Amino acid sequence: MLYREAGQFKSTYAADMAIFPIRQDRMALWLLLAVAFLGVPLLAHFRIWPLGSDYFLRAILIPFLILSLATVGLNILMGYCGQISLGSGAFMAIGAYSTYKFATGVHLPLAWFGTAISIDPLPVLPSILLGGVMSAVVGILFGIPSLRIKGLYLAVATLAAQFFFDWVFIRVKWFTNYTPSGSVAAPEITIFGYVFHTPIERYLLCLAFVAVFAVIAKNLVRGNLGRQWMAIRDMDIAAELMGIRPLYAKLTAFAISSFIVGIAGALFAFVYLGAWEPLAFNIDRSFQLLFMVIIGGLGSILGSFLGAAFILILPILLDQGPHALGIPVTVETVSLMVLVVTGALICYLLVVEPLGFARLWSVAKEKLRLWPYPY
Amino acid sequence: MILFGQVLEVLIGGLLSGVLYSLVALGFVLIFKASGVFNFAQGAMVLLAGLALVRSLDFLAAKGIPVWAAVMLGLLFAAVIMAITAWLVERFVLGPLVNQDGLTLFMSTIGATFVLEGASQMIFGSDVYPLRLFPNDAWFLFESVFPGGILVNKLDVWGGLIAGALVAGLAVFFQRTKTGRALRAVADDHAAAQSVGIPISWIWFVVWLAAGLVALVAATVWGTKLGVQFSITFLALKALPVLIIGGFTSVPGAIVGGLIVGAGEKLAEVYLGPHIGGGIEYWFAYVLALAVLLVRPQGLFGERLIERI
Repeated sequence: MLYREAGQFKSTYAADMAIFPIRQDRMALWLLLAVAFLGVPLLAHFRIWPLGSDYFLRAILIPFLILSLATVGLNILMGYCGQISLGSGAFMAIGAYSTYKFATGVHLPLAWFGTAISIDPLPVLPSILLGGVMSAVVGILFGIPSLRIKGLYLAVATLAAQFFFDWVFIRVKWFTNYTPSGSVAAPEITIFGYVFHTPIERYLLCLAFVAVFAVIAKNLVRGNLGRQWMAIRDMDIAAELMGIRPLYAKLTAFAISSFIVGIAGALFAFVYLGAWEPLAFNIDRSFQLLFMVIIGGLGSILGSFLGAAFILILPILLDQGPHALGIPVTVETVSLMVLVVTGALICYLLVVEPLGFARLWSVAKEKLRLWPYPY
Repeated sequence: MILFGQVLEVLIGGLLSGVLYSLVALGFVLIFKASGVFNFAQGAMVLLAGLALVRSLDFLAAKGIPVWAAVMLGLLFAAVIMAITAWLVERFVLGPLVNQDGLTLFMSTIGATFVLEGASQMIFGSDVYPLRLFPNDAWFLFESVFPGGILVNKLDVWGGLIAGALVAGLAVFFQRTKTGRALRAVADDHAAAQSVGIPISWIWFVVWLAAGLVALVAATVWGTKLGVQFSITFLALKALPVLIIGGFTSVPGAIVGGLIVGAGEKLAEVYLGPHIGGGIEYWFAYVLALAVLLVRPQGLFGERLIERI
């Protein structure tokens, strides 16, 4: 009854092409943004349930936002351009470590040329963006094989990036500024003289990044570039015959995807973890992102958020479940049970809805438009 | 002469350990050939088979049953467990997903991996269990030619023999038996195979069972080498570069890929590793695989892709 576009006439091309053509959708979006930007911080500030303690903000909302951003990045590559990547953890790591190097100052001695590259420590915001750029450059390098290799062969080939960079960040001490333990601690986050200290401030910082990049990503996939990507995804030879350059389309997808994933990695390290080891970005992280994309729905920005929420929160809930019910079980049994249930649920979801939550969402919307009449 | 002996020793060690990777890769190839599913769960299946075998052996040995009988019963028990797994996977995961695209199927096998890893450790325990089926000491060959001789691990030789026997057996199974022919038909075209009356779900069960038995064989060798423990599942990740070098669809390819990866990895670790920081075994196989793919995108022995519009 409420959700219907009857009476909303479009008189301009811009209105016809709007991201949210239905007024109710726009209202829902503004409401969501208001809750995210104002409601959550206010609740957290006055310590009202469910934000009574920092836990919810720090352990759920902040990682959720950051991983959603990474999922959006991976979805551009996998969902829109059709190139499977199992190396997204490595690109997060590249973003994180480059940001760390830029924020603490780069000093790279070039012994063969008798000089050295030195850059003074940069502020955090440019460091994060430069971290994304570094990740994009490496992304282009590892994207080059995609011009020849396709499908699952490419997926395995991207594992090369994952294992290579795992090794680089453990073995090459230059990246960790020669800390003996190999773990690094992020410097304080200061942007334009303002120190982001409390969880609320950090949450708002992540939210700002996510909002900006979600808008950019949504517009990219609607535009010329996004259509090229989708043409390549649907059938690359046909797309090439139609005049789309695979080199340009595939490499831009790799670059933009790695850029966003790299930024997410920098945020994950600086805002969420604070101090981290290379292990934080190992292959399990790559698989986690892959699940978020698939469960959320390939080729959907909204799906990225839904998938990230599901995959992130499911283990937390399962972990708390037995304790909440008062069943005494050992920590090890719980972690194994979480593994089994997560795996089983993923299989179940793939069986009932192989197209992910995004598909469920659009089905629900269609149903809602007809409600309460059946036709 | 000492240098040559050393190179030979590293090379032989590498080639033999490569055969052990092939043992895991074979399971992947079997399933990919017959159903087009990229089965990530192979590593977890090795873990499950190994745990089932070693725990039943311990149990039977404690009852005072003679060793040979205990080994036979243990292998039988593990084979039954693998058969049950194959049935469950076919019935609840892959059966309902017929005709989905490769990526979805791949993801579902990762889901199955989680279930298998969690369940096998919940049922059989999650410690390191030593397994002693094969001798684990070393031979020294050519002591008259090279000072100190060439060290060859007996277990690796056993692994090589078993892999050879397995490949021969699989080749006969694929080429000569009725089920083998049906498998090849299903691999060519699901729908056409179904239309001439080949039961797909039975074929898939057989394939997963065969992959499970290959996993059991791999588990006996790897379990003796490392002990049966969780880290055995990482073998799946080691087997992937072997697969793409050999090609997803080729049984001999898995063996040749294993030899290339094993030898390349060991030689690189010994002669290149010290110059760039050591531990390069961790990624060398993948970079090697990437290089091979750039020359032959379908692997060395894979079927050439012919694309139509």
